[in-house]
Amino acid sequence: MNNFLNNIPKLEVADTVENTMDWLTKTFSGLFKVMQTGGKSVMESVTALLTAVPPIVFILVVAILAFFATRRKFGLPVFSIFGLLFIYNQGLWEQLMNTFTLVLFSSIIAIVLGVPIGILMSKNNVAENSIKPILDFMQTMPGFVYLIPAVAFFGIGVVPGVFASVIFALPPTVRFTSLGIRQVPKELVEAADSFGSTGAQKLFKVELPLAKSTIMAGINQTVLLSLSMVVIASMIGAPGLGREVLSALQRAQVGNGFVAGLSLVIFAIIVDRLTQSLNQKK
Amino acid sequence: MEKLRVEHVTKIFGKQTAQALKLVEQQKSKTEILEKTGATVGVYDANFTVNEGEIFVIMGLSGSGKSTLIRLLNRLIDPTSGKIHIDGQNITSLSKGELQNIRREKMSMVFQNFGLFPHRTILENTEYGLEVRGISKEQRRLKAEKALQNAGLLAYKDQYPSQLSGGMQQRVGLARALANDPEILLMDEAFSALDPLIRKDMQDELLELQANVQKTIIFITHDLNEALRIGDRIAIMKDGKIMQIGTGEEILTNPANDYIRTFLEDVDRSKVLTAENVMVRPMTVNIENDGPKVALQRMREEEISVLIAVDKQRQFKGYITANDALEGAKNGLKSVQSFVKTDMPTVDSTTVIQDILPIISDSPTPVAVVDEGKLRGILIRGVIIESLASSSQGGELNE
Repeated sequence: MNNFLNNIPKLEVADTVENTMDWLTKTFSGLFKVMQTGGKSVMESVTALLTAVPPIVFILVVAILAFFATRRKFGLPVFSIFGLLFIYNQGLWEQLMNTFTLVLFSSIIAIVLGVPIGILMSKNNVAENSIKPILDFMQTMPGFVYLIPAVAFFGIGVVPGVFASVIFALPPTVRFTSLGIRQVPKELVEAADSFGSTGAQKLFKVELPLAKSTIMAGINQTVLLSLSMVVIASMIGAPGLGREVLSALQRAQVGNGFVAGLSLVIFAIIVDRLTQSLNQKK
Repeated sequence: MEKLRVEHVTKIFGKQTAQALKLVEQQKSKTEILEKTGATVGVYDANFTVNEGEIFVIMGLSGSGKSTLIRLLNRLIDPTSGKIHIDGQNITSLSKGELQNIRREKMSMVFQNFGLFPHRTILENTEYGLEVRGISKEQRRLKAEKALQNAGLLAYKDQYPSQLSGGMQQRVGLARALANDPEILLMDEAFSALDPLIRKDMQDELLELQANVQKTIIFITHDLNEALRIGDRIAIMKDGKIMQIGTGEEILTNPANDYIRTFLEDVDRSKVLTAENVMVRPMTVNIENDGPKVALQRMREEEISVLIAVDKQRQFKGYITANDALEGAKNGLKSVQSFVKTDMPTVDSTTVIQDILPIISDSPTPVAVVDEGKLRGILIRGVIIESLASSSQGGELNE
């Protein structure tokens, strides 16, 4: 029996994947190069712009935003002020701005891709059945694995970091968008149809507004997931707080690791609460 | 004039529709078909026409296919086979765009749970139909406000649906449908979610509205009393089939089968049966010809103590009692005219029993049924009570 099993030659999955990757890298090298250089310069200028803003102004703007987003409560604004001051105090301000850019870009790309895919999934059962396993795959595959094609395509730096983050962070937006639209009460969909709405009218006037809070919950998850990719992305040269964590890890500097990690947590809490409170507003 | 015609419309949900269709033709039951093919029969071979300005009620218990049937009419559900004509146009063959136009211009729907969009204000909800038609903002606002005004809800236009009571929400649902000025109004259990008093108000409002605007209304309900109250004609459905179509009275007095007969047992007949259905043939005395002796003779024959007095044209004049006739005979009077009493209450033949009951219980005499002065019959307490109690013998009451 064992003999029989051993007689099956090893399937060449790894080789096939590698060959495909090589082919993709070579065939689209021009495109990847444009994306790498273009993306890098755009993101670097955004980071430069953010860094150019005096930290105190930035902190105040975040605090005011938090104040109004949480409907005039003081908890989040106070937390933001002290948290951000702490990060500045630890000399991690530039890294924070780099992380911010990375999270911002990967979230925006994930949302821009994810919402339409989610809409498609909600409208079409074939699409749903084929996209769902892909989403499962994307979510269960360890985040590190995405670094390999990212490096192959884009080399190292912030662009492959965004690429890996987008893949990792995309699924919740897609899933929640689809779920939100499918959960719109049947009678309301019928009401929209019975008045002779076109598909687009039904989508924009009824389904998306009613699915909004579910979609926003998905977006919140996407933002947090892309934030959680920050450390992993720093392994391929993405700048930011993640790189500090990574270098502390490599040099076994417990103190530095703690400070950088804490800064990430502070940033994550602010981002999470802000995106959540956007959802609760009417 | 014919507005809507439904011909051999069948809807089967599921995959093996062809096989299921065959089983339906063999008169198999719904559950048997489901077991054999996995397909559900929604509506089977529905045929009816609805005239312009008519309130056509489709009634049946849950699962009878009535909600499916109404959705076939505007093709929220596509029929498996059959044709639906609106103004002579077969809508089952329309393209998506043409169907959208029909929905926008010809028919609007009112839903059981109101179907209001929770993220839109009352005004924005009312505007919806006009908005999807691409009507300019000022114009649609004007029309929507007018529709709300008619419903007495203009003051609430900036509120959200959740801030309104159920009855008010359904008024908005109706106003939204009417803002579109449709020719056909599809009402799917529109009042079923409302409590009984509000429901009655809404029924009155609908009837009043219908008197003013003359829409063609298809109304779905599971409540027979509601059907009888508002329907010009009623179709009763069971297991996807239409069992009987007719006016309320036709159905009540002449139920097509046992199913409908058992169904009718629930009806509050006092709201449906009229004087005409329960009156009996009156024993009369002609005041111009007959004298007291003739009257006494007739009373003896029929074993009664009261005769209704009429003239030669059978105009109702009053009544005479046995005592008065006896007195008159003793005094040698030639005519009954001098002792005709006129305090007998009258009703016309369309009065419902509910309204007759208080009159007859206050009156020592029977009640006369009189149309334009002419005697039609007489109401006797015992017969009325018997008619309310016996529910399955409606046919025999109608003379």
